[in-house]
Amino acid sequence: MWKKNLFFIALVVAGGLALAGNLFPRPERELDIPFAAADVQKQDFRDVVERVDASFRQQWSAEGLERAPRADELTMARRLSLGLTGTVPSLEEIRQLEAYQGPEKIQWYLNRLLHDRRYADYVGERLARAYVGTEDGPFLVYRRRRFVTWLSDQVMLNTPYDQIAQQLIAADGLWTDHPSTNFITVTIEQGEKNRPKPERLAGQVSRAFLGIRLDCAQCHDHPLYGDAIKWKQMDFHGLAAFFGQTRQGFTGIHDEKGQEYEMEKRRGSDKQAVEPAVPFFPELLPEAGNRRERLAAWVTHRDNTYFAEAIVNRMWAVLTGRPLVEPIDDIDSVETDPGTVRRREAGRHKLKILAADFVENGHDLRRLIKLMVATEVYQLASTSPRELTEQEWVKHEQAWAVFPLSPLRPEQAVGALLQAASLQTIDSESHILVRIATALGTNEFVKRYGDSGRDEFDPHTGTIPQRLLLMNGNIVKEKTKDSILNASTRIAMLAPDDATAVETAYLVVLTRRPTPEEASHFAQRLAGKMNNARQRALEDLYWTLINSSEFALNH
Amino acid sequence: MQSHEFEHAFGRREFLKLAGAAGLSWLTPLAQLLSQQAEKQKQPAKSLIVLWLQGGPSQLETFDPHPGKSIGGDTRAIATRAKNIQIAEGLPLLAEQMQHISLVRSLVSKEGDHERGTYFVKTGFRPDPTAVHPAIGAVLCKELPVGKTEIPRHVSILPGQWPARGGFLGAEYDAFKTYDPINKVPDTVARVPAERDRQRVEDLKVVEAAFARGRRRQTQPAVVQGQLEAARTMMTSEQLKAFDVMLEPERTRKSYGDTPFGRGCLAARRLIEVGVRCVEVTLDGWDSHVDNARIHRDQNVILDAAFAALIRDLEERKLLDRTVVLCAGEFGRTPRINPAGGRDHWPTGFSCALAGGGIRGGLAIGSTDPDGGPPREEEARQVQDVHATILKSFGLEYDKLRQTPIGRTARLTGRPIDDLLS
Repeated sequence: MWKKNLFFIALVVAGGLALAGNLFPRPERELDIPFAAADVQKQDFRDVVERVDASFRQQWSAEGLERAPRADELTMARRLSLGLTGTVPSLEEIRQLEAYQGPEKIQWYLNRLLHDRRYADYVGERLARAYVGTEDGPFLVYRRRRFVTWLSDQVMLNTPYDQIAQQLIAADGLWTDHPSTNFITVTIEQGEKNRPKPERLAGQVSRAFLGIRLDCAQCHDHPLYGDAIKWKQMDFHGLAAFFGQTRQGFTGIHDEKGQEYEMEKRRGSDKQAVEPAVPFFPELLPEAGNRRERLAAWVTHRDNTYFAEAIVNRMWAVLTGRPLVEPIDDIDSVETDPGTVRRREAGRHKLKILAADFVENGHDLRRLIKLMVATEVYQLASTSPRELTEQEWVKHEQAWAVFPLSPLRPEQAVGALLQAASLQTIDSESHILVRIATALGTNEFVKRYGDSGRDEFDPHTGTIPQRLLLMNGNIVKEKTKDSILNASTRIAMLAPDDATAVETAYLVVLTRRPTPEEASHFAQRLAGKMNNARQRALEDLYWTLINSSEFALNH
Repeated sequence: MQSHEFEHAFGRREFLKLAGAAGLSWLTPLAQLLSQQAEKQKQPAKSLIVLWLQGGPSQLETFDPHPGKSIGGDTRAIATRAKNIQIAEGLPLLAEQMQHISLVRSLVSKEGDHERGTYFVKTGFRPDPTAVHPAIGAVLCKELPVGKTEIPRHVSILPGQWPARGGFLGAEYDAFKTYDPINKVPDTVARVPAERDRQRVEDLKVVEAAFARGRRRQTQPAVVQGQLEAARTMMTSEQLKAFDVMLEPERTRKSYGDTPFGRGCLAARRLIEVGVRCVEVTLDGWDSHVDNARIHRDQNVILDAAFAALIRDLEERKLLDRTVVLCAGEFGRTPRINPAGGRDHWPTGFSCALAGGGIRGGLAIGSTDPDGGPPREEEARQVQDVHATILKSFGLEYDKLRQTPIGRTARLTGRPIDDLLS
């Protein structure tokens, strides 16, 4: 009998503890992420940054452009959190940022993110999209989840990028035990005797790793028009031939000697066997190893400039929302318009500076990101103090004299929304229920918000379902309604005065403080309101901020 | 006898020659005028309804039965209103409408995977890593004017895993997703009373003004605001009621069937009446690798009622001439029945149904081999031929060259099926 009572008491205590843990924020965690400001002050690091800065300044003076002023630190923190972790800074993180008195504040904030699992997960997913898209793929032999987790692990360990690429191209084994082989198995089509498709792999490798679009050359020399033939049909098929011996069997992906790759020169014509051959830099192709090993070595060779430039371009786009050279997977395309040619050459100049350092320093992704963030251009504001015409704006944005605006991706939008609804940082330290709820909410939101899949840097214009979702959707209502779990309610209850309540809401949702006009307008809306009316007013403020164009943009 | 006939024929020719010479050739322009007049009467189609059968329906249990043959299983066939066309016995109501519906029975595709097959049949292009092609509904929305439509013109009711997309035409051409019409359209009702809603929109202007300072005028914020206004117009539009099938008389609702798919088809009819260009209604569950006969028996009950009611309803309201209806899945099913009583994927000779929009009804284009082989080469029809046929019935340039974002061009390689359009 008394055992039952004890059990009951234990339950109540446990329940109470859980409730308390939820209601009262835990004390700030001790941050034991080492940060050495000296790392970003070393001469070789500063040299690269200065050369990139000089290249941009030269470009601006040649085009008669004046750069925007420096962005404030909160704006930069928002860019970093969105670009690298897919969410906005939490109130905790903002307080910590503003309290930091040490050197190199932006690099310090960046460093914390680079050691956060959220960075690895988010960037892992972005890279996965570049490699294998978002298709579900052949169910029996492909596990996208496992692939992404493996990639995230590599990002977390800061595995040298050339080794990651080599694993993806040349690894053997089962797609479950050796997740990098999912890069190969995703191309297996049903009914094709479980054979990975060399043509698809050639396209994947050239677009994702080399930043060139060879796909068009599958059927004809490319381009079709104009004098300069960039890629011949044999360039494509020579590359595909490296995957001609790859098979999928009981032990997973492996290469079988004696198989040949055959191509159809034109639809319906006889097939002819093709020897593996690289489209350029043939001197970098080693003799030793099976076909895929040789290809992997060639792709990641330190003198294969395409490899480093492609990843630099992609990481720049991840950080800023736009690649340095567009399109992101066709850096070398033939252009005829002189303006476009000039722009690309200017972009490639910066790419080469960063790419050279990348190769010199062991294909270190973290270092690359730190370099990019240290540049003057990354830290510019997206506003201009001068009146500019529409045409002048375009010129300034294209030359990076002002930071570009770009729409948030669906995961970023929902990530920002969920973080804004919580005063604490939602990360791997969060309570398991919070993380589960986060995952569920994310999936449903992303499905309705729309997902552009592989084509991630197209400047899409936003859609009506997105607007409807943010205005009337369930998730927004759930996260702003009167509930002790929601930040809006907590702010209404706990903020000492109206001005602080407004300011806190702005910080949490838009990562900035309100302008004087905004502050007075919203303080008025709160004035004199208590209890339920006050909570409703905060809910209204949250709704307004979430539905602003500012919320849905990276700026 | 023969020589007599020959003389007679010769005589007729002689007469015609003389007649031509005598100037009866004035009859020709008259004939031309008459045929032009007839063409003018045939207006291009205005709307498209796609009944999407997700999973791959068996042609042998629906539109192309082979009773008595080993490949036919136990499926019997029934006569229809269309001359010489029989369909599976599970579709009796549809049989009554077959004079309006034509079948293409010899479709061939090389895509036997659900995702890839769906992509192919919805867009007319095989999946391609360099571009995401738009679904046919997105193409129609791009090419045809908005007119007075205040709600999305491309709609997907009960979307499956891969709803129709705008592809490289842009995300604004993605189909608007909504679910069983018995429920409200998601996210279209303000969560607060009108007065509070109005306040919020006023507050929003303050925030937008602050953000706009120091920024370009014509840019993302303007676009977002434009979308916001369009969304709010939709929320308050009378046309939104088109989604609400409960406004239809009970008799009508019953005729479509008391199923989500049936309601979806009824909603589709209502939507095209207010100017929606393309409605895709999905019926899932056709992937019968196991127990094929039972699955198709159950699915056919749903399809039969809804499809037949839709055709009859469109016809009665005089909408059928301007509305194309396409009923298809991503592929068909194998002639051979597997050990689990199921049929597997079969893209080599499957069926689709077409009706309305000036497309002739009551025809069967192509046929499949009664012993289960692929269709004869001269009879085989490509998936993109169906797309070309539909686009032509809308009066559009079906092989228009389009630019994809990477600079590569995309052009539909299908040819319209002339027998259906004459």
